[in-house]
Amino acid sequence: MPVWSTPSRRAAGLALAVMLGAGTTAAAQSTAVAFTNARLIPVAGAEIARGTLVVRDGKIVAVGAAGQVAVPPDAEQVDLAGKVVMPGLVDTHSHVGGGSGGDASAAMHPDVRIFDSIDVRSSGLRRAAAGGITTVNVMPGSGHLMSGQTVYLKLRRGTTIDELTMPTADGQPLGGMKMANGTNPIRTPGGTFPATRARSAAIVRAQFVKAQEYRERVQKAGDDPAKLPARDLGLEALVEVLDGRRQVHFHTHRHDDILTALRLGKEFGFTPVLQHVSEAWKVADEIAASGAPASIIVIDSPGGKLEAMDVSTENGAALERAGALVGFHTDDLITDSRFFLRSAGLAVRYGMSREKALYGMTMAGARMLGLDSRIGSLEAGKDADFLVLSGDPLSVYTMVEQTWIDGTKVFDLADPADRVYAYGGVGASRGEYLHTHDEEEWR
Amino acid sequence: MIGRTSILIPAAAVAMTALAAPAGAQIAVRGETVHTMAGAPIEDGVVLIRDGKIERVGPAASVPVPDGYREMRAKVVTPGLVDARTVVGLAGYLNQPHDQDQLETSAPVQPELRAVDAYNARERLVEWVREHGVTTLHTGHGPGALISGQTMVVKTRADTADEAVIVPTAMVAATLGSTGLAQGGRSPGSRSKAVAMLRAELIKAREYADKQAGPEDRRPARDLRLETLAKVIRKELPLLVTAHRAHDLLAALRVAQEFDIRVVLDGAAEAYLVADRIKAAGVPVIVHATMGRPTGDAENLTTENAALLAKAGIPIAFQSGFEGYVPKTRVVLFEAAVAAARGLGFEAALRAITIDAATLLGVEGRIGSLAAGKDADVVLFDGDPFEYATRVVGVVIDGQVVSEAPR
Repeated sequence: MPVWSTPSRRAAGLALAVMLGAGTTAAAQSTAVAFTNARLIPVAGAEIARGTLVVRDGKIVAVGAAGQVAVPPDAEQVDLAGKVVMPGLVDTHSHVGGGSGGDASAAMHPDVRIFDSIDVRSSGLRRAAAGGITTVNVMPGSGHLMSGQTVYLKLRRGTTIDELTMPTADGQPLGGMKMANGTNPIRTPGGTFPATRARSAAIVRAQFVKAQEYRERVQKAGDDPAKLPARDLGLEALVEVLDGRRQVHFHTHRHDDILTALRLGKEFGFTPVLQHVSEAWKVADEIAASGAPASIIVIDSPGGKLEAMDVSTENGAALERAGALVGFHTDDLITDSRFFLRSAGLAVRYGMSREKALYGMTMAGARMLGLDSRIGSLEAGKDADFLVLSGDPLSVYTMVEQTWIDGTKVFDLADPADRVYAYGGVGASRGEYLHTHDEEEWR
Repeated sequence: MIGRTSILIPAAAVAMTALAAPAGAQIAVRGETVHTMAGAPIEDGVVLIRDGKIERVGPAASVPVPDGYREMRAKVVTPGLVDARTVVGLAGYLNQPHDQDQLETSAPVQPELRAVDAYNARERLVEWVREHGVTTLHTGHGPGALISGQTMVVKTRADTADEAVIVPTAMVAATLGSTGLAQGGRSPGSRSKAVAMLRAELIKAREYADKQAGPEDRRPARDLRLETLAKVIRKELPLLVTAHRAHDLLAALRVAQEFDIRVVLDGAAEAYLVADRIKAAGVPVIVHATMGRPTGDAENLTTENAALLAKAGIPIAFQSGFEGYVPKTRVVLFEAAVAAARGLGFEAALRAITIDAATLLGVEGRIGSLAAGKDADVVLFDGDPFEYATRVVGVVIDGQVVSEAPR
């Protein structure tokens, strides 16, 4: 897994959080807040029957069993007896926010950023926060071989998209690259799109060869601007992939398509995050051996899409047995972000271990986004992204009561204005639709 | 290579074997908790099954298991689950033109279409819901046309439609709202046109029914379409109206009142906004999938709809509904579970996928509860049936064990 430079605009993000969180009891600020008496599921390490979580300046400063954690004398105390606290959920593949990717002019759009098209006021973002999702990889669809750059968002309350992004050191919004193979990018012969699987791979290879050449020319130019090639936004993004600075998220269903994705990655030196992997159970060992992580979607029945007809509810269990890194995604609205925790519950029903299922909802996703040094577990030094649950995370009877991001409460079930996003009702889903590019994705 | 071929195949194999098993097996199902739905749950209960029917139900202490009965044990035992509205069997899991027979779009009004003529009893989706405890389906023509066709009630254990069916024609399916409109300039192209066309059909049906009841020499020539709608007029069949917006639901109630027909509301995302009117009309609601997508006419759906309707005293049941995409079907057990956790409560949610659904479909004399004389449709669970991680560990239909693979 490539590791990104640590996002640098933490302070700015924090300032925004303070601003936006005004009015909540414990907005991120320099006062410490100690959440006490809850059952803690840190994901890093064993569950703590009665623990204390101390948060300051949007960060976790201490976590541990009650009595073993030093609570700062100035700390505000929040008694969470009877509640369960766990890290915020990471959704590795979602379409919340109504964004779009490349158009029909070509099969490859490495230059296109979904970041430029997301409606930050979309109810989908609020419903995702109500479901306990704190970090999400928002992706363009898979009706293209490469539909564009994805963006990693924290579901902070904001009025501009910039308030939700995690900028890299150079100020660009952190995100990956969406790729797809199988039947979705395949279209009628004769255009710029492939009509077969082999053509699909050939188009991708040709583009990455160009990116290699572009990188070489840039390297050879050294400090001489006159020798630099003309800027090419698409090739720049592909060079980021080649250099391990931009993660490929590869939509793929059939076992042979999964192996093709791995083969392309091997040729050009990147390790894709495999998304959907409907037939993962057929090639679980190969996936594990490649080191590529797999993000699965838990669907209530098979069928609906021909190339996914052999999807198995036991994909999670099969991948876990094989030793692969398993995460989860909603593909919202294919599954509903409000029920994201249910994916873990069902994965356990169909054979996954509780430990790996909870890891899959949090740390595995964080690793797939290269953010594991920052999110995914309750550990001192990490972002204060956590959930207050009414009970066990794998129980149908459990509700997400509060969602906290960077130490700011972004969802509170007790607030009627928030409650509607958890339960539904008038206004909860205004203007929501099943994305057209997403339909392409599955049909 | 563990599990490479073992994941999808065995369930089918088990099912086929079970279906071929001889009738008349004698089984004792023993549960730590038996939800009979015909009285309080029984702790450490026994359900005796003989010749496809339930012979006796009671506490293990007072119901001895006779010799020769196969004993099956589980933590929790319930009656077979009832999906009160689905298109499974007419709609197949491949989602290709050749396996999608739930909707005929050649004309807006086709009540003569029988469900039994399009039902594939060996469809993978039927097997899928059966493995998850669904033993009875109210399936048939889907939403999407003003009158799309008939529905029927089937058991999920059968190799043919004729063996599966227990009610050949259960309801006549209609759709009001945007999804029932025709495309390409054809009628109905608007909500009011749809209602006008529906009323015109029912007027014709009433005339036909009157002639049928008149003197023999003036009986009408057989008309399959009017023959079916005349049954609606005579209240022999309910009109199953799929609608989501409050104003579409009220339009359905208005038509019901005008023609004095029985109506069952289907989907009904905004029913909670007009619950008092639905209650006053005495109309039951087959509530949309709790986790259904909040899009289009259903954008205001709430996961609390079932709870709010039940609280208003409206009879409810759950459905898997119609899915045109992924997942290709939902599972009523899962939909009831989420509703149970969101205000409806365990007991009412379980009733809504067993006895209350059976009652709504008019088959409560045969299925829906564990009582002597009823069909031996029983589901075994390894825990609370609604918990995500609880598995269905056995399904019995008409006294036959049809599934034992944990699901």
